[in-house]
Parts: sequence; C-alpha cells; structure tokens
Amino acid sequence: MAAAPIVSMRDVTRRFGPVIANDRVSLELRAGEVHALVGENGAGKSTLMKVLYGLHPPHSGSIEVDGRAVHIDSPATAMKLGLGMVHQHFLLVDTLTVAENVVLGLERRPLFGSFSPADAERSVAELSRRYLLVNPHARVAGLSVGEQQRVEILKVLYRGARVLILDEPTAVLTPQEVDELFAVLKGMRDHGTAIVLITHKLAEVKALADRVTVMRGGRVVGGGLASELSIETMAELMVGRVPAPLGARVARSPGERVLEAIGLHALDARGLPAVVGVSLGVRAGEIVGLAGIEGNGQHELVECLAGLRTPRSGRVRVGGQDVTGRGARAHTEAGLAHIPADRLRRGLVAEMTSAENMVLGRQREAARGPWLGGPALDARARTPLAEYDVRPPDPRARAGRLSGGNQQKLVVARELGRTQPTSGTPARALIAAHPTRGVDLGAIDAIHRRLLAARDAGLGVLLVSSELSEILALSDRIVVLAGGNIVHETTPDATDERTLGLHMTGRATLIDTPLEDLEPSRASGARPPDPGPRA
Amino acid sequence: MSERPRPRLPLQALAPVAAVVLALLAGAVLIAAVGQSPLEVYGLLVQQALGTGYGLGQTLFKCTPLLFAGLSVALAFRAGLFNVGAEGQMYLGGFAAGMVGAYVPLPAPLLLPLALLAAALAGALWAAIAGVLKARFGAHEVINTIMLNFIAFALVAWWGHALFMPATVRTRGVAEAAWIARLDVLLPWLRGSPASFSLVLGLVLAVVLGVFLFRTRAGYELRVLGLNPGAAEYAGVRIGRAQVFAFALAGALAGLGGTSFVLGYKHWFEQDFTAGAGFMGIAVALIGRNHPLGVCLSALFFGALAYGGLVVNQRVPADLVNVLRALVILFAISAYALFERAARRARPKPEPASPQPGEASA
Repeated sequence: MAAAPIVSMRDVTRRFGPVIANDRVSLELRAGEVHALVGENGAGKSTLMKVLYGLHPPHSGSIEVDGRAVHIDSPATAMKLGLGMVHQHFLLVDTLTVAENVVLGLERRPLFGSFSPADAERSVAELSRRYLLVNPHARVAGLSVGEQQRVEILKVLYRGARVLILDEPTAVLTPQEVDELFAVLKGMRDHGTAIVLITHKLAEVKALADRVTVMRGGRVVGGGLASELSIETMAELMVGRVPAPLGARVARSPGERVLEAIGLHALDARGLPAVVGVSLGVRAGEIVGLAGIEGNGQHELVECLAGLRTPRSGRVRVGGQDVTGRGARAHTEAGLAHIPADRLRRGLVAEMTSAENMVLGRQREAARGPWLGGPALDARARTPLAEYDVRPPDPRARAGRLSGGNQQKLVVARELGRTQPTSGTPARALIAAHPTRGVDLGAIDAIHRRLLAARDAGLGVLLVSSELSEILALSDRIVVLAGGNIVHETTPDATDERTLGLHMTGRATLIDTPLEDLEPSRASGARPPDPGPRA
Repeated sequence: MSERPRPRLPLQALAPVAAVVLALLAGAVLIAAVGQSPLEVYGLLVQQALGTGYGLGQTLFKCTPLLFAGLSVALAFRAGLFNVGAEGQMYLGGFAAGMVGAYVPLPAPLLLPLALLAAALAGALWAAIAGVLKARFGAHEVINTIMLNFIAFALVAWWGHALFMPATVRTRGVAEAAWIARLDVLLPWLRGSPASFSLVLGLVLAVVLGVFLFRTRAGYELRVLGLNPGAAEYAGVRIGRAQVFAFALAGALAGLGGTSFVLGYKHWFEQDFTAGAGFMGIAVALIGRNHPLGVCLSALFFGALAYGGLVVNQRVPADLVNVLRALVILFAISAYALFERAARRARPKPEPASPQPGEASA
C-alpha cells in the first residue's frame, strides 16, 4: 500500500463540553481500500467521521486531502473535496423516484431554463449499472431498506465522492441485504473509492475491511491490516483492560426473585424483533450484570422491565407481582427503581429545578395530599443533593444547567434514595442502566460503593453497562445479551473481559469454532421467521 | 452552597417588555407615516384606556375574556398541547350559560353558580374531545381544535333557528338571578363601564392556576409532560389521561370566559359574541410566557390596545391597532429566541452528557 493517502487526519481533538470525544486521533484513508473504524458505542468513531465531514469542526489537529491542508467547516465543503457520508437514518423523499432523490438539490439549470430529468436519470442509471445498485425509475416508497440505503450511496457517488463514509450501515439490514451491500462496496473499492466502515461488528470487519482502526474512549488504541488482526485481538482492544477491582467479593445467598422477565419478546422502534425470548431473574441481594454491545436488545429489554415498552409476549414481574404492560407507575408501585440510560430523555426534566427532579417518578410519594412543590420540596432535596455531592447542591438550580456528571449523580441519588426508609416504600429492585455514564472517577467509585451497599441491604440490582470493568467489578452474576437473547451466563470469577467481549460480539463460538462457520452476529438471534413491518 | 444569582428570571421577564417597546417604536413609524404625531396618538391611547375611570373600566372589560382565553391556552401549553380551540370553547361556554340563565327556573343563590358550572362544563367537554382524539389516535390537536371551532359555531347557528328571538341573532334574556354584577357596584369610579366581577373571577382563577401548576402533584405532572414527554412516561404519568385532563381544564377556563359577555354584560347569548377573543388568547399566553401572572399582565395590555384602538380611531385608521398587535406578537417571538440564545451563551453550556448515545453512533 504505497499509494499516498487521499485523506490524512493528524492529532484531531474534538470536545463536547468537558467530554473529549476525540483525543489526538490520527487516521489515513487510501484509494481502493475499505477502512474499518471499530469501537464500542461512545468510543468516538462517529464523532471522528463527523469531524471529517464538516459537521463537528475539530478543536485542534489538522486534516489533509490529497496532501493539501484543508479546513472543512460544513458538509458542503466536504462534498466539494470528494468526501461523502451515508448516515444511519436515511434522508429520502418517499414520493420521488430514485433518480429524483439522487439529484435533489443539484438541479443545476440556467435562470428560467428547465431542469432536465432525462439527463439526471441517464447519469444515475449509469452509476447504477456500474455498481449494480438500483433501478433509477423506481419510487423510493416501494424500496426495501437495503435498496434505500443504496440510494443514499448513489446520492454520495453522484456528488463525485472519492471517499465514502458509512455509519453502521448494516444495523438496519437483513443478512441477505448485508451480503448485497458488501458486494456493492467491494465493487466500489475496486473502482478506486476509499470506504470507511464504522461498525462494532467484528465479523463484518473480517469479511470486508482491508485495514482497521480500533478506537476506545476517544483514542485510537490499535489497528493495522485486517488480515493480521484476529477478532479476539480486536475485541480486546475495543473493550480495554480491567482497572483494579473494588474489593473482595463476599459469598452470599440471595433471596427471592424481585425482578423477572419470563419468555420476553419485544420489538424495537423500527418494528423489528429486538428481544427474543429472554428469561431472566434478579434476586434480592444480588447484582446481575447485563453485558452486551449496544443495539443487541438491552435497551428494549430494560424498557420492558421498567414498564416503558409493552412486550409482544412474555411476562414481567416486579417483587413477585405481574406488572406486564401496565406502565411505569405499576412497576414503581411494585417496588422498582430505575436509573435510565438516557438521563436527558427519560431521567430528568432539564428545565425544572434539582428539587423538582428529585421527585420525578416519586411525585406520588412526595406529595402531601394533592400538594407538591414550594419550600418543602426544596428542603426535601437538600440532604440527598449534598450526600451525593451534586454540584451545586442548590435545590433551585435548574437541572439542565448541571454538568452531565452532576445530572447523573442527581438521578442516582433519587433512585437509590428509594431504598431509604424515609421514602416510604423502599424499592425492592433496581435497574441501573449505565449508572456511571459521564461521571468523573471519584464519583464513579462513590456510586459503585452505594450500589454495593444497597445490594447488601437486600436490593436486587440489574446492572446494564457498556463498561465491562464495571460489570465485572460489581456483579454477582453476569449474563450476556447478543442478538436479542441471552447467549451466555457466568460469574465474574469464572470469566474475563476478553471472553465476555467475544460473547458480546456474538462470536463466542470462536473459542472452539473456525471463523468461516460464522455468520454476522445479528443474523442468528434477532431474525425470527416474520421480520415484521419495516419502519 | 452559595445561592447564585439566576439571570434567567429577569431575562425572561424582559423579553416581552422589549417586544412591546420595539412594537410601539415600529408602530410610531406607521403613525408618523399617516401624518400624525406618534407621541400624541400614544398619549391619547394611554390617557383614554388607562387614565380615566370609565376608560380603565372599558379596558378591564375588554381584558376579561382575553384573560380567560390566555389562561386556557397557557395551561394547555404547559402540558405540551396547543389549544387553538379556546374560541369555540368560549363560544359554547357562553351559550350554555345563556341557556341555563334563560330557561332554568332557579332562585338567585343557585342560578348563577349553575350557569357558571354549565359554561365550564360545556367548554371542558368540547375541549376534551380534542384531548381524546390526541390521546387515543394521536390526531394533532391543532387541527382538531380548529375544526372543533367551526363545528361549535355551526352547531349554535343551527340551534339558533329555534332559539333566537324573532329577527335577532340573540337568545332570550338571562334571568337577573344569573347576572354577574358590574364592578362599579364596588368601585364607583369605574361608573358606566361594563367591567364586571368576571374579571375578579378571572384573577382568582389565575391564582388558582398558578397554585395548581406549581404547588400540586397534578400540575407538576402536567408540566413534566409538557417539558419532556419521555420523562413523564418514565415518571409513571398516564400520558393520554393527562392530555385529556389538561384539555378539559383548559376548556373549562375558556368556557367560563364566555360568561363575561353573556352573564356580565349583555345578559343574553348573541351570535359571534366572542369576536376572536379566544384566538387572541394564544397571543396573550405567548406574551405572558404561559405564566398566570404574565397572562394577567398581557391580557391587560391587549385589553388596553383593544379599547384604546377604538379611541384613537378618529386620528389614525383602526387597522393600525391591529397592526400594532401583530407587531407585538412578531417581536415577542423573535425576542424570545434572542433572549434564549443570550441566556444560553451567558451560562456554561450543559455538555451533551457524554458523546454517547446520541453523539457517537446515532
């Protein structure tokens, strides 16, 4: 690979507030090569590509295209330089044809002249023929998801892209569509296009990529030729090493089941099966760690367990009580506390004060008769805000003005507070989804200790985390979710990050199966006979 | 532990004031353009609308239905719902009050409360239809409330055939027992102006609404719903039920607004009596930032414009006041955006949590 790179990014740094999404990242893209950018969610892959595409200009570092330093401040600039990006969510007009969608926004014409659809269709048809893409006369509304994706690729090619960035292109595809997409991409590579494949599915990397860059926590942690990197190595790089454990685990005998899923099936937002027959029990006094790569059903599973999503079939029990499909309130009243994964969408109301947020979901317990609010509410929030070191501890500060870590501490304080005797109904079970996301190191430790203390006091905890170190440090039992089902169950003493990582990528069988017998991870579990309606 | 000063409140309160000042300045240009002195015209407007007992009474009279409609729209907004139907709810409320007042033979201490109750119920039920359609079928409330306005007016026109007095577009007079007393009974210096105790009812309801929103559990839940539906769901708020509830309350407020005219002024129901007051409620709520106190102030402002517009009619075209009203609304919308941006710049931006999940892989 002696060819000079088309794109080279050097020491690119991009921050969001105090969070460093890309920390001095360097990357080179060459013509006729598929470059896989792999890492867990939040590793900074998409951010890096958005920097390149002009959506998030970098705070420092340099970008060169064709050996010349460039300043890319918008997607329009990026397109002029021959960079194109296909996002996960398609931007197509359903009622127009493929050709019309492709040329949309580029209908160059003289003043008072008319745009010639025939010309456009001709060039689209030619591109389509060259890469076996899609019929230019078809209406987009009638296309499958895979075909729509190819229209997006056509749009990028039509605009003259030499570098094609694909953000998790296979997330929305069926296995057959994945194969077709890969054939298309190989064709483009052979015609000299540089392709960036953002993914966390390592089997895809092996199947398609020439080179790999692995990111973790905003940094490049490894990479090289795809042929020289094993899936195990990549998984290990993706997931990282374990920091020091929290302390000795005490053997314990957990009590009755306080949170249960029985044969649970659920659909995701697109109407595709996301949870496929999960049965899971959390007992009083234990922490069950739920490991899995994001997008393997844990989000939907948690929502079902929390009463925020109605399962298609199966039962949910909280504290022995069947609360299936009865809404968050029934779950709460049966004794469930929930630290949601997305605090801004679920866990907080940014425009409300800390005090008001401290009673979110507990407004019934906190109300005196019909009354709720005022100085009493503020007074009630003072202790937990101070205790959990939320800064500022001012109950009247608006939650939206707290930093992300302090918002998280507020949510944790509220949900763990449910076990305090003062709150009336102590929670029996807790779903802790990414409880330390965005929190600084000292606070992480404090939250971990509180989770353990709550566990020792008899709380049953389902811990969902993308940090395997966190799962390993806190859990009494670990279950791994892949393709919408539990594929592995173990204890922290009997496993390590590498093994867990392999189970998470759905490649566990690798341990004793040769690679060529494997299929893409989402294919096996998440596709029952009826794929359901496509969104 | 320091109680930091919060620039949010003054900034938010300043935006409507800035909008009004800018609109008046722009209006001054228009007044000058028709060859009048802006200072004189504004002076006349203020003097007539606020400077005399009678004028102030007229302003308060004009302000009363705007206050009810503004509270109605503000309440719905707080729950994340856009009530464009205050006009129809107010119309039906007035109709129901007029019917009860004219046809139900009850003694004085009972008839007025019953007529008020009928107005509130009629508005509540009418608005609840939009709530149910939203909650049950996800039908957008803006469309539905607009359509329900048409239906309300058409229904009354239809019933009117049988009910209206011969050769008029009004119903039988309301029994005196159901009249709402005029304010000049208590405040003689308002003598002659049609302002009634409806205004007092409106002010009381503004206080009640403030207490409801900021001091009760149900109000808390509605605000959570309006600010973050995902969090409301998480908090166990039954969203559909809350939407119907919010609409019913908003409708009750608008419906009660109809009694100001029917029970407090004409003492009969008259076709098209609302004359757009329900729609103006949207502007009142907007300028009042959906806060009960703000709504009171902005209703007073629009009331003064409405009456003052009549007064300055001899000097400048009446449409000028309409232009002025529209300018206030336009400036308000832009001022809010500007002040929001300024406020956001003034404080450290709450970072997008962490790059996940929206940032990194969405």
